[in-house]
Amino acid sequence: MSRLHVVSGKGGTGKTTVAAALALALAEEGRRSLLVEVEGRQGIAQLFETEALPYEERKIAVAPGGGEVFALAIDAERALLDYLQMFYKLGGAGRALKKLGAIDFATTIAPGLRDVLLTGKACEAVRRKRKDGRPVYDHVVMDAPPTGRITRFLNVNDEVAGLARIGPIHNQAQAVMRVLKSPETAVHLVTLLEEMPVQETVDGVAELRAAGLPVGGIFINMVRPEILDEEALARAGGTERAAVAGALSRAGVGGARRGGRAERLVGPLLEQAGEHVERVRLESAQRKEIAGLGLPSRELELLSGGADLAGLYRLAKDIRKQGIPEAAA
Amino acid sequence: MTLDAAPRLDVDRLLDDPGTRIIVCCGAGGVGKTTTAAALGVRAAERGRKTVVLTIDPARRLAQSMGIASLDNVPRRVEGILAGGRPDGDEPDGDRSAGDGSAGEAPDGEGPDGDRTDEDGTGRGGSAGGRDRDRRPGGELHAMMLDMKRTFDEIVVAHADAERARAILENPFYQSLSAGFAGTQEYMAMEKLGQLRARDEWDLIIVDTPPSRSALDFLDAPKRLGSFLDGKFIRVLMAPAKVGGRAGMKFLNAGMSVMTGTLSKLMGGQLLRDVQTFVAAMDTMFGGFRTRADATYRLLQAPGTAFLVVAAPERDALREAAYFVERLAAEDMPLAGLVLNRVHGSGAAGLSAERALGAAETLESENLENARIVDQGDGETASRAAESLGDGAPAGDSPAAGGGPDEAAPREDEDESAGNRPDSSGNGQDGPHGQDGPARRATADRLAAGLLRLHAERMQVLGREQHNRDRFTALHPEVPVAEVSALPGDVHDLAGLRAIGERLAADGSTPGAA
Repeated sequence: MSRLHVVSGKGGTGKTTVAAALALALAEEGRRSLLVEVEGRQGIAQLFETEALPYEERKIAVAPGGGEVFALAIDAERALLDYLQMFYKLGGAGRALKKLGAIDFATTIAPGLRDVLLTGKACEAVRRKRKDGRPVYDHVVMDAPPTGRITRFLNVNDEVAGLARIGPIHNQAQAVMRVLKSPETAVHLVTLLEEMPVQETVDGVAELRAAGLPVGGIFINMVRPEILDEEALARAGGTERAAVAGALSRAGVGGARRGGRAERLVGPLLEQAGEHVERVRLESAQRKEIAGLGLPSRELELLSGGADLAGLYRLAKDIRKQGIPEAAA
Repeated sequence: MTLDAAPRLDVDRLLDDPGTRIIVCCGAGGVGKTTTAAALGVRAAERGRKTVVLTIDPARRLAQSMGIASLDNVPRRVEGILAGGRPDGDEPDGDRSAGDGSAGEAPDGEGPDGDRTDEDGTGRGGSAGGRDRDRRPGGELHAMMLDMKRTFDEIVVAHADAERARAILENPFYQSLSAGFAGTQEYMAMEKLGQLRARDEWDLIIVDTPPSRSALDFLDAPKRLGSFLDGKFIRVLMAPAKVGGRAGMKFLNAGMSVMTGTLSKLMGGQLLRDVQTFVAAMDTMFGGFRTRADATYRLLQAPGTAFLVVAAPERDALREAAYFVERLAAEDMPLAGLVLNRVHGSGAAGLSAERALGAAETLESENLENARIVDQGDGETASRAAESLGDGAPAGDSPAAGGGPDEAAPREDEDESAGNRPDSSGNGQDGPHGQDGPARRATADRLAAGLLRLHAERMQVLGREQHNRDRFTALHPEVPVAEVSALPGDVHDLAGLRAIGERLAADGSTPGAA
């Protein structure tokens, strides 16, 4: 069973929302999940309508059935100092390093190290145990960098292990890679049924697979129902046009006059329906493309009220109903 | 009304102004930044400017749409740029002002108005031929894609002697750094911009910004480099590694040796040596780095530079846009305006989502009654439509219609007041089509209900978009906005980019566009 769920996706596909809903879904039946943010955007706080998250794990939501969702916004600099403290008992030296600008260097100038820290912290949360030996968190969900960067981001420890061929950094990097490449991890990609995000998803899956990272499932987000099909549109715009105008009129939106507002309403409405049909057609092509990946996919409805707290719980319920995708063994 | 409070961004004036030398497109990921940059490039070139577009990480299709599937680190000329036959060049604003007025009245207008939809709805295909008057000869478009590693290598080769360059290029630390850890992209994008500007071969450079953690990373990159180079840390790195108590250690003060000892312990001696070799080899170049980073930063503040913040009318994208606007102001960087992509419109904006939904429900409930009377033989299409209507209209969805959007959306028809509501009155009377059979009427009802549900969905989107946009405008009323109406599909070719360019330059307030 996957315990670390990494959620990526092209910008604008709603990966933060999906990650949050997934964390809620995973927290069912008294379980505890940790939702981790690595890009310093405070998107989680906004989603859960709380103040900005500190670098500290805190409970932000209770899932139906009594489970809990904790959240953590990882700050690379604090994570580095943590590490120095945890592994090397370097409290004072850490401060001195900071004064020198070494911490700055590590977290910004040498940005690869930043990714090491972010992935390292998430893996630490996965491995952390309570006194009785059970894990502190049943699941960790990471709101990860976008698809274009995800493979490099997750693989950074491989690169570091190659650079630092011995020593603590080497060992740490290898330990992180062992978690990331194990079936304990599942990398999910969020997409919309649009050409560019789907293309990016297909490319992303290929990259992840080539790097030996475990791909979980595809979340197709913001799916809208098909309301009218092509044939219906043709009828509404053809033989039934006058009758449709009559119906609009009877429903009270066009006035009762013949040739009145209802007639004039039909044109714009048909045009919108035409766009709808066109969109549905493009979407079905994209669905095929996704199906070709041979991965479990989950469809999540468009939240008509925007991604607010209520919508988040609805998505979580939906994910639970459809099942949480796992990485193929 | 409220939305028109924001001034319109005149894209053509910006592109035509010979004083505009650099346009930087920035914004959150997924808002169409790269597409906007490419569309601006096409438009600028066709309006007579010699333009180069620097893209960072274009989607494959977008690169192909410029005919340069093999985009690389060198600007390549884009074929198929149209130059106008008439070099006289009309005033960019003159002949469009008439159109502005008519489009501008849409939000508060009478509601459905047949001909308004015509000009926008079909815009996807028919744009290529018609706008010859906008074109001017003499323009060219070049495009390139940033290759981080190669850019970095070029800098090394250009600024170090051959032996030192080789030492750097072969250093493992350098190899990973330049191969693209996140962040290197930002430095190199700025570096490349500086190079392009220095070559002075182009009238106009349009830059796309990297899909960063934060849209602001590229602004910070040069500064960060500077502060690092000023820092003490680099001197520590330059000190020899503590390897088995060499004689050299004696000359280091105690603090330094603790530091290098710590670093060695952390990184492993071999990595530290790699880093040190790298830093030593780069040492002479660092000065040059900083000088150029500072120069690029100043270039971004110069009057010839214009920042365009790109966003979609979504909450997060606009929040980031607002943040960006504030940040640019704080850095004294010249903001030209906001490009709002994928804005939806409706030709029937006078009919609110609530009323459309109510009317759809009336028709559907009427239909249920009719279904009991009429046998099932009235056509699969309608029944399929009715089926999906059932799915599309769970009770839980309706409150949303009355929730968020309602302060922004409703533009009610004034002659359809509450007295004319669709309750029971509509059912009794036959209306104009009373002579039709009940089956036919049921079909029409279902079709009409489907149309109304689609319209309600559209109006909800509109309401949400407008709410987000109003929020931005309230925070930054001074920022000019150009709106680009949503296209049904993606851009595949130059004609598609041209169409976007036209939408960019057309009057922004076009709620009638779809």
